[in-house]
Amino acid sequence: MSERPMAPRDQGAPDYTQYLHPLMAKNYGKWDYHERLRPGVLVHVAESGDKLFTVRAGSPRTMSADTVRKVCDIADKYCEGFVRFTTRANIEFLLGDESQLDGLINTVEQDLGWPVGGTGPSVSNIAHTQGWLHCNLPGTDAAGSVKAMMDDLIEEFKSESFPNRVHLSTSCCQINCASHGDISVIVQHHHPPRINHDNMQICELPKVVAICPAAAIRPAVVNGHESVEVVQEKCMYCGACHGQCPSMEIRDANTDTLSIWVGGKMSNARSAPTFMKLAVWGIPNNPPRWPEVSAAIRRILTAYKEGGKDWERLGEWIERIGWQRFFEKTGFPFTKYHIDDSPEALSNLNRSAMVRL
Amino acid sequence: MSEQQEKKQAFELHPTPMLDHLESGPWPSFIKGFKETVTRTEKTMVRGVLDQLNYSYETKMGYWKGGVVGVHGYGAGVISRYSMISDQFPEATEFHTMRVQPAPGLHYSAKALREVCDIWEKYGSGLMSMHGQTGNLQLQGVKAENVQALFDELNQRGWDLGGAGATVRTGASCVGPARCEQACYDTLGTHGKVLSYYADLTHRPQLPYKAKFKFSGCPNDCTNSIQRADYAVIGTWKDDMQVDTAEVENFIDKKGIDYVVNNVISRCPTQAITLKGKQLEIDNRNCVRCMHCLNVMPKALSPGKERGITLLVGGKGHLKVGNMLGSVMVPFMKMETEEDIDAFIELIDKMIDYWSENGLDHERIGETIERVGVQEFLDAVGLEANIDMVAHPRDNPFFKADLTHSPEEAA
Ligand code: SF4
Ligand code: SF4
Ligand code: SF4
Ligand code: SF4
Repeated sequence: MSERPMAPRDQGAPDYTQYLHPLMAKNYGKWDYHERLRPGVLVHVAESGDKLFTVRAGSPRTMSADTVRKVCDIADKYCEGFVRFTTRANIEFLLGDESQLDGLINTVEQDLGWPVGGTGPSVSNIAHTQGWLHCNLPGTDAAGSVKAMMDDLIEEFKSESFPNRVHLSTSCCQINCASHGDISVIVQHHHPPRINHDNMQICELPKVVAICPAAAIRPAVVNGHESVEVVQEKCMYCGACHGQCPSMEIRDANTDTLSIWVGGKMSNARSAPTFMKLAVWGIPNNPPRWPEVSAAIRRILTAYKEGGKDWERLGEWIERIGWQRFFEKTGFPFTKYHIDDSPEALSNLNRSAMVRL
Repeated sequence: MSEQQEKKQAFELHPTPMLDHLESGPWPSFIKGFKETVTRTEKTMVRGVLDQLNYSYETKMGYWKGGVVGVHGYGAGVISRYSMISDQFPEATEFHTMRVQPAPGLHYSAKALREVCDIWEKYGSGLMSMHGQTGNLQLQGVKAENVQALFDELNQRGWDLGGAGATVRTGASCVGPARCEQACYDTLGTHGKVLSYYADLTHRPQLPYKAKFKFSGCPNDCTNSIQRADYAVIGTWKDDMQVDTAEVENFIDKKGIDYVVNNVISRCPTQAITLKGKQLEIDNRNCVRCMHCLNVMPKALSPGKERGITLLVGGKGHLKVGNMLGSVMVPFMKMETEEDIDAFIELIDKMIDYWSENGLDHERIGETIERVGVQEFLDAVGLEANIDMVAHPRDNPFFKADLTHSPEEAA
């Protein structure tokens, strides 16, 4: 039947032991402590006394095979042929010989052209998604907006001058693949989906009806075809239906905007993890460089840098000073849309007499 | 025109004025890499993708649609992309992505990575995203006709596809014991074993929706598991944290008493630390393993010796009924031996089975638990109620208590 000679090997993730730097393999599970020598450079000291130096650099995330080959050259020259990446698209070059540290840093910055930094209380590389380059749903680009933002924030990546680390993320639709950050940028739609009724027969109607969180979609016969209709008052423009069915186009180049969310925290340190909250909405989606987004992020970062205490994450700083002061210090308006009035969200209301006047 | 000149002209880049704005500035530019690829490899697909991307920038609209592309024997792992405007950009007609599972912890050897580059350039665009948000090595830009050959060659070299759609997805793990002194269990080894066990569910969609595992070595949760994973496996310890008294004294001498009071003692969420002369007294029974003091004083303070994991279940993104953080299902279990990992997998199997049978289409397990109720879920998977599962006991007086389980009777 099939010409294929072999069945696929259901092997899962490859064995990591073949890819560990020798010092990692030798001291596996036996690390004692670490220090940050300078922004982007860590030293981990093992119980055996071994020292492993890490040089972290920001990558463009999507790269050509030739760029990856350059990375391999550096790994061969300095790192015994090993390299690793972080979940935020940083690369980590690992080094055993301290005398080669400056050479490695130079090579990464000069030959590869990637900035060294992203450790400690710095702005890390932006976790981001696919955007116009590859996804079927995006209202904006991901890699491009990240490039423009990081051009603006590169000094904050290369230095450690905030109260604590700052994780940024950007998502090009409300599915929010890039998840929560201290500061996150997300696309927002402002209209219900436009339905292409002629194309509708390709979809499984129950699926797109079931996906709607607002129960706003119902089957309907349009021009003699089975299709769906959207109850406009119920629809909250989330675009979940668009993900299910390409005939429900939610994007609108003229009206889509960007919103900025703050205070997402994943670590359990000091306080429990939190979701990010709405700070600004209605920012123009302005390629190729999105200057309005960079300016808004800069305002938030400046206020946080000035007001945050050591170790306080952005969300913890806001919790301490109160949201009223956050809006005051950043100058963004608080509007009625900042109040979540969906039925399950009434816990967001202030049910005490505690107010900051 | 000589033949050579003609060839050269055929592979020239087309103008992309919008994208050119992304080549200036100090941060590394992905556009530069794309352009290099076109001129070096003469791959028209990449040129077409650049042209279409530039058009997206001009019109503020995306132009990819999905389809069905895959490899024999698997039902997931290739994300198909067809251009919606291929009449305008015929070179961009197909631009599919292959999701490849990297090794746990995103470690590579240069040798293996070079091999991947060579195979990838042979069959596809050579563009790769390191890494996707779930943690896949994403090979971006292959035509349907080359997908099988690409996969076969990678698969022979030990690489396998990641999940997509209603499958177990590619896992994520922090660097863990490979380099981090805070790691309380073997994140990389556990990740490898669990994802191998679920390889069938990764490749052949048969679940209500996606299921994600993330493995963090300690509650710093560097993989973002509580927010993003259905199964957040987080290292912790049961006994007292380890204190190096000489290093505590060194720290206080170096940083000063003010720093220790303002940044360690007063930041402990449960006020479990007291200053005693030049030492810290830690109320370990009241320490909630938040990691703060250990982060500030990594030389002086370390996790205890009786180590294991806390399992939180149900974390997920917004689609469809809202963001959910995972919540504690197992406050502590050992994760040291093969038997420990087997016991863990046995428990997860029960959860996945229950969810497979009871979950609605597109429902993550957290949503299923919310819909059926935590009590029903605990009974179904055989877990006893534990006070660490809740922030506080109920404040809603309407509940149906079964008298045979009254506390008095149990006493
Ligand atoms: S955030 Fe939305 S548009 Fe962007 S990659 Fe994810 S699903 Fe696609
Ligand atoms: S945009 Fe969201 S709320 Fe509106 S119809 Fe689509 S799924 Fe429903
Ligand atoms: S989660 Fe904990 S163990 Fe893992 S890398 Fe982060 S700090 Fe280290
Ligand atoms: S780990 Fe957190 S809770 Fe425990 S003593 Fe340290 S600061 Fe307090």
